[in-house]
Amino acid sequence: MAALLIPFMTIAANRIVAGESVMAWRIASPAETLPGVAAVALGLVLGIPAGRHYLRLSGALLGLAGILWLLMQGGPALLDSADSTYARVSPAMGFWCLLLILTLMMADALTQLAPGPLARAGLLAAVLCSLALILWSGALAPLSIFQEYASRRAQFADAMLRHLALAFGSLATAAVIGFPIGILCHRRARLRGSVLPVLSLLQTIPSLAMFGLMIPILGWVGDSLPGAQAIGIAGIGFAPAFLALVLYSLLPVVGNTVAGLASAPAAARDAARGMGMTPTQRLLKIELPLGLPVILTGLRIVLVQNIGLAVIAGLIGGGGLGTFVFQGLNQTATDLILLGALPTVALALTSAIVMDILVELARPIPKDTP
Amino acid sequence: MKIGRVLRPLLVLLLLALVLRPEWFTPIFAPLAPQGAPVIYARSSLLSLSLSHLGLVAAATLAATIVAVALAIFVTRPAGEAFRPLSRTIANMGQTFPPVAVLALAVPTLGFGAGPTLVALFLYGLLPIFENSVTALTTLPPTTMDAARGIGLNRWRRLLKVELPLAFPVMLTGIRLSVVIALGTATIGSTVAARTLGEVIIAGLLTNNTAFVLQGGLIVGLFAVLIYDALIQLEAFLAKRTGAG
Repeated sequence: MAALLIPFMTIAANRIVAGESVMAWRIASPAETLPGVAAVALGLVLGIPAGRHYLRLSGALLGLAGILWLLMQGGPALLDSADSTYARVSPAMGFWCLLLILTLMMADALTQLAPGPLARAGLLAAVLCSLALILWSGALAPLSIFQEYASRRAQFADAMLRHLALAFGSLATAAVIGFPIGILCHRRARLRGSVLPVLSLLQTIPSLAMFGLMIPILGWVGDSLPGAQAIGIAGIGFAPAFLALVLYSLLPVVGNTVAGLASAPAAARDAARGMGMTPTQRLLKIELPLGLPVILTGLRIVLVQNIGLAVIAGLIGGGGLGTFVFQGLNQTATDLILLGALPTVALALTSAIVMDILVELARPIPKDTP
Repeated sequence: MKIGRVLRPLLVLLLLALVLRPEWFTPIFAPLAPQGAPVIYARSSLLSLSLSHLGLVAAATLAATIVAVALAIFVTRPAGEAFRPLSRTIANMGQTFPPVAVLALAVPTLGFGAGPTLVALFLYGLLPIFENSVTALTTLPPTTMDAARGIGLNRWRRLLKVELPLAFPVMLTGIRLSVVIALGTATIGSTVAARTLGEVIIAGLLTNNTAFVLQGGLIVGLFAVLIYDALIQLEAFLAKRTGAG
C-alpha cells in the first residue's frame, strides 16, 4: 500500500539529468488518473486475504492493468506539460515497486493453484502475447525507454539476435560435448572423480576474468594457427565470449547427465540386464528416458545462466544486449541500461518457465510403473 | 587428493606473488602489452584493490547470511509457516535474475560506486543461503527431533543445540555458492565504479592492453578457486566432525 505513496513517474529535462518525481495521482488530470489509482488500490486489497488464490490472482491482474493505465495516461500528459522536445518521462520507484509486488502476488497465486504443464504453457503464451500487444500498440511509446529503442531499432534487433546466438549456441555446443563426457563419466567412476572437480573449479572463475582470459588465449590461437582468423577466431569479439560460455555450461550438463543416468532405479536396471539388454540398449531404453528430467534440469540451469552471462560479452566486443547496459552505464543514461537489462531479465524468466514445463513433461508418470 | 596437496601451496604462492610483487612478472607479460604501454597495472596498488574486493564480498556475504538464516528460521517456525510458499516463489524467481542485471538495475536508484555493488551482492547472496537453510531446517531427521523433544529441550534450546548445528553443513554449501557468485559479481562491480579487481581487467579491455587483462583475470580467478577450495575443505572437515561426534 505504501508503494502507492512513492513517486510513480519522473520527468527530466533530457536523458541524462536526474528527473523530478511525480506522485501517482498527479501525473495527469484527476479524472484520468482516478480509475488507475483505484484499480491498483482495489487490486492490492484483493490480494490481502491468504488462501483465496483466485481472488489474489484477479487482484494482481487488476492492479497490473491499473499501473499500465497510469503509465499510458502519464506519458503524454507529462510530456505536454514539459514543453521541451528533449524532455523524457520514465517510470519511477513507485512503478517498479508496484510492478514487483503485483507480479509476486500473481506468481504466488499461480504457484498455489499449481496448474498442469500445458495450462502453464498456455498462461505463459497469453502473458507474452499481451505483453507483445502492449509494446506493439505504441501506447507506451512516449516513455523514455521506448525513445531509446526507437533511436536504435536496428541495433537492438542485432543485439538481440547476437544475444540469443550466444546463449543458445553455447548451450547446443556444450550439450554436444557434455553428453558424451557425461555418459563416459557414468560408466567409469575414476574418470568422474577427476572430471567433475575440474569442471566445478572452472565454474567458480568469475565471469569477467573468464571472458578476459579467453582474449589472450584465442588471440594466440588466431595468430598462430593458419586459417583460424578466417573462421572468426580472434582475441576479441564473438569467439572468446562463446568459448567462455561453453566452458561455464559444461559443469551443469556433465554433472546432471551423470546424476540423471544414475537416477534410474536399481530394480529397473537389473530387470533390463535380466532381459539380456546390452549396455547400449540399457543406456538408450532405460537410463536415458528415466534420467531425462534431471538432464533437462541441467540444460535449464545452463540456459538461464548463459542468458545472464552473455551480458558480459558486451564488455569484450562480443555484442549482445550487454552492449546497451555498458553503454548506458558509461553515459549514465538509465533508460539505455534498462533497454539492455529488462529484455535480458524477460528472456531469462521466460526460458526458465519454458524449461520447467519441459522438465515436467519429461517426467515419467509414476502410475505407469506397477 | 595428492595433487591438491602440492598444487594448493603453489597456487597460494603464485597469487601472493601476483598481488604483492607484480613487477616480477614483467618479462612474462611484456609481449602482451602494446608497444610502449605499461606492462604492470600501477594506477592503484593491487593489494588495496584485492582487499577492497574481498572486503565487499565479505561484508555482503556476512549480511546476507545473517538475514537469510534469520528469515529461514522464521519461515520454518509455526508462526511464519504461512510465508514459506511465498518466500520460495521469491527465491526461485530471484535466482533467474542475472547478477549483471541486478547490478545494472541498482545503479539508477543508488548511483555509482560501492553502494549498488554491495546491494546487488547482498540481494543475490541471500537466495542460495536462504534456500539451503530452509531445505536443511525442514529435512532434519524426525527421530532426532523427537529425541530432543523427549529429553525436555524447549523450542529455543532445540533450535540452538540441535537444529542449527545439524543444518549447518547444508547452510555452508549455500554460503559457498553465494561467495562464488559474489566474487564474480564484485568483479563486474568495477563497471559501476566500485573499487575491485575488475578495474584491472576493464582498464586492460579499454586500452587494448592484454597484459592488464591477463593479470587481473589471473588474480581474480586464483582468489575464486582458492576460496572455493578452502570452503569445500571446511565443509568436508565439518561433515567428518559431525559424523564422528
